[in-house]
Amino acid sequence: MPLIHAQSISAGYGDSRAISDVILTLQNGELLALVGANGAGKSTLLRVIAGAHRPTAGTVSFKDSDISRLTDFQRNKLGISLVPEGRRLFASMTVIENLIVGAGSGRAGAWNVESVVETLPMLKPLLKRNASRLSGGQQQAVSIGRALMSNPEVLLLDEVSLGLAPIIIDELYESLSVVRQSGLGIILVEQDLARTIAVADRIMCLLEGHVVLEGKSGDLTHDQITDAYFGHSIGSFSEPDLTTEEGVQA
Amino acid sequence: MPKLIAGSVRVDRYQRRALVTGVVAAAAFVALAAAPYVLDPAVTSSWIKLFYLITLATMWNLLAGYAGMVSVGQQAYIGLGAYGLFVFNDMGFDPYSSALIASVAVGVIALPLSFIAFRLRGGYFAIGTWVIAEAVRQIVIRFDNLGAGRGRSISNYTADPVFRNMFTYWLALGILALALVVTFYLLRSRMGIALQSIRDNEVAARALGINVSRTKRIVFVIAAMGAALAGSVICIQAIGVASPNQIFSVSYSAFMIFMVLIGGIGTIEGPILGAVIYFVMDLYFSQLGLWYLVVLGLLAILVTLFLPKGIWGAIHERFNISLFPVGHRIVPVADKFLPQSSAQPTVKEKRPNGRFRR
Amino acid sequence: MIVLNALVQGVLLGGLFAMAALGLSIAFGVLRVVNLAHGEIMTVGAYLAYLSLSSFGLNVWVSLLIVVPAMGFVGYWVQRLLLQRALRLSELAPLLVTFGLAIMIPNALVEVFTNDKKPLPTGDLAVQSITIVDGITIGVLPLLTLVVAVALIAGMQLFLARTQMGRYMRAAADDSDTLRLMGIDYRKVYAFAMALAFGIAALAGVFFGIRQGGVTPFDGQLTVLFAFEAVIIGGLGSLWGTLAGGIVLGIAHSLAGQISPDLPLLVGNLVFLAILVFRPTGIVRSKVAA
Repeated sequence: MPLIHAQSISAGYGDSRAISDVILTLQNGELLALVGANGAGKSTLLRVIAGAHRPTAGTVSFKDSDISRLTDFQRNKLGISLVPEGRRLFASMTVIENLIVGAGSGRAGAWNVESVVETLPMLKPLLKRNASRLSGGQQQAVSIGRALMSNPEVLLLDEVSLGLAPIIIDELYESLSVVRQSGLGIILVEQDLARTIAVADRIMCLLEGHVVLEGKSGDLTHDQITDAYFGHSIGSFSEPDLTTEEGVQA
Repeated sequence: MPKLIAGSVRVDRYQRRALVTGVVAAAAFVALAAAPYVLDPAVTSSWIKLFYLITLATMWNLLAGYAGMVSVGQQAYIGLGAYGLFVFNDMGFDPYSSALIASVAVGVIALPLSFIAFRLRGGYFAIGTWVIAEAVRQIVIRFDNLGAGRGRSISNYTADPVFRNMFTYWLALGILALALVVTFYLLRSRMGIALQSIRDNEVAARALGINVSRTKRIVFVIAAMGAALAGSVICIQAIGVASPNQIFSVSYSAFMIFMVLIGGIGTIEGPILGAVIYFVMDLYFSQLGLWYLVVLGLLAILVTLFLPKGIWGAIHERFNISLFPVGHRIVPVADKFLPQSSAQPTVKEKRPNGRFRR
Repeated sequence: MIVLNALVQGVLLGGLFAMAALGLSIAFGVLRVVNLAHGEIMTVGAYLAYLSLSSFGLNVWVSLLIVVPAMGFVGYWVQRLLLQRALRLSELAPLLVTFGLAIMIPNALVEVFTNDKKPLPTGDLAVQSITIVDGITIGVLPLLTLVVAVALIAGMQLFLARTQMGRYMRAAADDSDTLRLMGIDYRKVYAFAMALAFGIAALAGVFFGIRQGGVTPFDGQLTVLFAFEAVIIGGLGSLWGTLAGGIVLGIAHSLAGQISPDLPLLVGNLVFLAILVFRPTGIVRSKVAA
């Protein structure tokens, strides 16, 4: 029984199509990485799974039950938690308040403020600080911690390392490896290919809204992935201007 | 952006249709102007009300529908128009010239007031204009020579009731025509484009180098002058003001909003249609007393929620009719000799009709 | 001494204005909705209290136990059924909807209750007063009003800071879409905030009615302006600022009343407009919750 099964998803913004006929499956305890150029449709796919974006076609099921008609907050209550692109912290609130609000779904589990801080140690001295006065890396840690507070079974991470210093990214990934040990399924959108290959169980590469490559990360070579990433193998250099997608989420 | 592919397209401002509109409108104007010679004075005098209602609706629509400023304080300028008429009438001008002079004076007053009102945004702008209207009323009633809180009548007016009626009719018609012409040309000018971009996204408009405050301020002053002209017509028709509370009543804002919403906000045609609907409703239902106002309020809410583009918006969407072409569209040059109806726009037609999203 | 007395009375009056403004402040702070019918909600609250008095013979204070929750309930559903839809449509739509309500309510009230002032008697409380020193006498009722206003603001601050719903409200004000990702339906949070705003407005309406010796249908057109002025004078988004704004407005009214009884409204409006010009961010700069 897969944790998440997304069947024939198509979605877009207005008249422009971001993803077409994508199939995605996430198994228990698996870390699936979505790679692809800007505008390939990775974020859109995550948001469709989270219920934050309504697809034009396709269904999403969670542990074999169809959740296509559920809203984002209902899906969060079932155990699907999205760390949105751009972190999206509640800016007028402190770090600890952001974490507490993250527990809004009321799901029971191992995650609470203490365990989150233990897993993301950089938060420890920051708990009382206002979220608007954090560095990008700190904000990302809060955003991840906030998502964990709902004790998810599926964690959707959008652009974890975007704009962050390598040393901070290392620290975040260290924390994520601890998070993985708790057995939840993770779908990760990441620009950094080397890092993706290192951490992912399986990799899906999207190009212009289509899945162009998929496989266990051990079976794929770096070159294969970069080819798929830029679409060399299918003979196209075009990188479509899909500013709409980024714009909506900015 | 059209200019990126210059040469293959041209911007169609509906020149031909604008010309047709102009000719038809001029003919209608002449016909209406001749009406007092043909029709019964009772009919034409009831049209005076229709004319100033259309003027008020058009002005409020310019303010809210095109520049995004929801004012519930336009009664300030209606009242000032009426009281300004007293001031200039007392100086010896006839009531009709006084109305025109007063509107200029109101424009001069509205300019500094805009600096106060523009400190506030959105909903707070709305209540801010209301406060200004209240303050204006409270100041006006402090002048004994203006009748203080009791209202007063025009001291020096045309004695003959027939002439008075005709003059007032022509004044109201002239003001209406002026309001429509100004609105039409404003929206077809560069400022119309600026307004549309402000309404769509004020921050982006600013980034594009549009002087947002200046544009809004011009509209604010024009709308105030239009309201003042309507106010002086109201005053002349009643040969005075029954009470300052009535001419400065927030109900005027309610009527304007109602007319614009019902007709269709953000279109030129909508407020005209809305004013006609309101005028007819008023003829038949005003004896319901205050329940009538309750129904108006309810209709305004229902239209806002369930028919946000108003009746004209719905008509336009279904039949793609537009009487006053103020939009643009991009047409491929190759198609320019084809009849307009069959021209295939390469870019989706972008028109300011009906939409008033940020 | 006369001036000092006027100042004291102004502060007390400011309590009433602040109470009237609190609901407006909450609705704007959480939902960014300016409720143009805020004054009318106050008036309806006062009429409900009058009805409880005249129909069931309740005491004004007891009637609050019915009036405030009832208006809270109304606020919840007005938000869910009308304003939520309007919020999705455009920025103008909520304004137009609340303005529609502001037109409907007083006219319906006239048809139902006539224009006559309906009394809200409080027994001898209305006339009781405490003399502080010679020349300065404080009415018990205005004092009670100020105390209740301060308590409400303090309570609201605590509520926003310490309770889960309070945190949701602040989160919804920051980013309602992201709150949904936390498993919270922000529409319910909005509706709860509107319920609070309506309930507090109703309470303020009853206090206003008591002070005026009764309630008339068009009171709301006056009180909405007081409430709004207090919010802006105090500075948007600050509840304590709203109290300060109410007091400034109260003092302006009170001092102007010393000069001439027909001046307070005008002077209040002029003080407001002057503050708008010279200090548009309000007199209190604070980053409180909403």
